[in-house]
Amino acid sequence: MTLWWAIAALCAGCYALKLAGLAAPQRVLEHPVVSRFAELVPVALLAALIAVQMFTEEGGLRFDPARTAGLGAAVVALLLRAPFLVVLAVAAVITALVRIFTG
Amino acid sequence: MEQTTHRSAAVRDGLGVGLAVGLSGLAFGAAAVTAGLSVPQACVLSLLTFTGASQFALTGAVGAGGDLVAATLGALLLGGRNTLYGLRLADLLRVRGPRRLVAAHGVIDETTAVSLAQPTPEAARTGFATTFASLYVTWNLTTLAGAYGTSFLGDPDMLGLDVVGPAAFLAILWPRLAKSAELRLLAGAGAVIALCATPFLPPGVPVLLSAAAVLVVMAR
Repeated sequence: MTLWWAIAALCAGCYALKLAGLAAPQRVLEHPVVSRFAELVPVALLAALIAVQMFTEEGGLRFDPARTAGLGAAVVALLLRAPFLVVLAVAAVITALVRIFTG
Repeated sequence: MEQTTHRSAAVRDGLGVGLAVGLSGLAFGAAAVTAGLSVPQACVLSLLTFTGASQFALTGAVGAGGDLVAATLGALLLGGRNTLYGLRLADLLRVRGPRRLVAAHGVIDETTAVSLAQPTPEAARTGFATTFASLYVTWNLTTLAGAYGTSFLGDPDMLGLDVVGPAAFLAILWPRLAKSAELRLLAGAGAVIALCATPFLPPGVPVLLSAAAVLVVMAR
């Protein structure tokens, strides 16, 4: 599968998922298992994505001090209730600075 | 009179959220090109997928050299929450026919948050339309700018751009983690499962596997 096919599949799939919600019968949401699953799945997936992108490289575990410092700075920014874009900028700047100073 | 006030408040909410969040298309464009996507590929994702977490998930997995099928499935699973937003919004928006086909593309985190925060159905519809329009335009313009700008840089990692994806996920996750110990536990379990599985499974699969943590929490 080439990257373009993956992109096409994702575009079509994401649109279908959005439309399915608007078009589905209302009682589906009232099912407690459905609404609970919907609340929980993104939390597990997002946490896993953070972990994998932070601490793995080429199929193995790897600790990158600069990236870790950047994410730590993002946590501080979030605790200070900084806006979304500020959080991202702080993380990138700290990561870049640590890389410059640690060579 | 009160009706008008509600609607102009909804426009204000929608523009605020749309413009502020839309700017992070810069980060997506940069992350996509850093991961090895071309500028057109980054722009097509923003135009047609238009749901940030799934877009970041696909590009992140591509950057890690992941299996494309697993990467796409992981991104789709994240897009599944929009289905639930759609269920919530259907009653509020009451759109039919061709208008529903257009509105569906705008069913995402931000439009749902703004719509559900409005006091009346009319204001909710106004909030939805304003957030959708302003976010769509801003997100796509900034994706182009971020992707095009980054494609001129030598090594994006030197600018710390590799941390932008994880930081974006953390910021999306943050409000949920802040309000519930159970969700913090679930997030921790998901992260540990994915890290433990990484040396043994193809890239992209460990992230999917983390959904198993949900079953454990739900079975309790």
